[in-house]
Amino acid sequence: MIKTADVVIIGGGISGCSIAYNLAKKGVKNIVVLEKNYLASGATGRCGAGVRQQWGTEMNCRLAMESIKFFERANEELEYDGDIEFKQGGYLIVASTEKEDVQFRKNVELQKSLGIQVEYLTPKEAKEIVPYLNTDIIRSATYCPKDGHLNPFLTTDAYAKAAKRLGVKIYTFTEVTGIRVENGKVKGVITNKGEISTNIVVNAAGGYSQLICDMVGIDIPVYSERHQILVTEPVEPMQGPMVMSFSLNIYCQQTPHGSFIMGRGDDNEPRDLRITSSWQFLDEMAKTVTKLLPPIGELRVIRQWAGLYNITPDKQPIYGPTKNLEGFYLAVGFSGHGFMLAPMTGLLIAEQILGEKNTIDISKLTLERFEKGELVLEPSVV
Amino acid sequence: MDNDNTIICRCSDVTLKDIRNLIKNGYGTIDEIKRITRAGMGPCQGRTCSQLILREIANYTGKNIAELDVCTSRPPVAGIKIKQILEGGGN
Repeated sequence: MIKTADVVIIGGGISGCSIAYNLAKKGVKNIVVLEKNYLASGATGRCGAGVRQQWGTEMNCRLAMESIKFFERANEELEYDGDIEFKQGGYLIVASTEKEDVQFRKNVELQKSLGIQVEYLTPKEAKEIVPYLNTDIIRSATYCPKDGHLNPFLTTDAYAKAAKRLGVKIYTFTEVTGIRVENGKVKGVITNKGEISTNIVVNAAGGYSQLICDMVGIDIPVYSERHQILVTEPVEPMQGPMVMSFSLNIYCQQTPHGSFIMGRGDDNEPRDLRITSSWQFLDEMAKTVTKLLPPIGELRVIRQWAGLYNITPDKQPIYGPTKNLEGFYLAVGFSGHGFMLAPMTGLLIAEQILGEKNTIDISKLTLERFEKGELVLEPSVV
Repeated sequence: MDNDNTIICRCSDVTLKDIRNLIKNGYGTIDEIKRITRAGMGPCQGRTCSQLILREIANYTGKNIAELDVCTSRPPVAGIKIKQILEGGGN
């Protein structure tokens, strides 16, 4: 293992690999990514992997729009020898309550003003897009045909390979055990395979972000929570868009490969690092999906799994440097949206490290927002 | 068995050549190979291919197959229709 680096990134998920790639592309040398397991072994490889532009704040719409523009050209830009399997089948987000319906009308107005191709739909119009949608339980829907889904393992692989070609060193099965700090400055990272001296460390550790912050005594208001997913056997194409509902607590999509992937949250989930599967999830998921999308009940579940959401009080990420520790950057607290934002995460953190002006203003997403009480109020989070 | 076109994962159409190329390129665990190729992600959940892939890794690395990490076994044990879960065990 090398002994010194200009930047050490902790976490070999999509965020860490994207940050490494973007820094290398801007000419930074001696970048190291440390991953305690294999690439995308944490939240990235366990996520639903949907990407959407239908958000309720201008900042999130812009972050998502730019990320999706990147995914559209990612195979070419990253010169990938495979295919990241980006399918833009759209997102159909259904409203089941009056409050949701009112919010969705506002969201669509905002999204349209930013140039997002989105429509507010009646239940009848929604049924034209997904014919087996149970419209008895919905009031309206919004639809953006440019939202979609891509393969999280292959997308991370594409970023990692591109980063390596630019000289980034990626050490998998290498666990960070400590961070060396002197006089309020980062000086090095200690791993189970040796120590690397560096002045810049990025915490992109996903569900384990608190453990890394604990090593340097920085208190971040985040917690991790298990979220579960199931996948069915692959079948012929039958559903174009991701169907999602905040109030009914479901997202369900057919991947390009043919399998259906679906998930839901659980308010009673304990706040810890467990990633085991539960039968309760299977039971609740079966009830939810057959209510909204009845024919899906005919498909066979072949596997279920779980991953960690790393959740902040406003369910928005924490980006950027930390006030009390020079050289320590955060890209954490994605609250379930880290995969879809990764192209911008990489660019924005690289810009901050290099002292450049950010392409999109993310000054609202600092760690300090919590002590100032300036939370970002995004209505469209799961 | 030297035929590169031999199918190792019948569910996801992954060949011996695919597996060997990945191992050569540093994808040294069955977890990594599974995630790049979908080997073991199909209806049989790796019951056929996982032992074959482990053997390839063992052959290439010289490690004892018994020492290699295996994939997490995830529920359900066999494919089950979503509506059967609702009905609580009936057919």
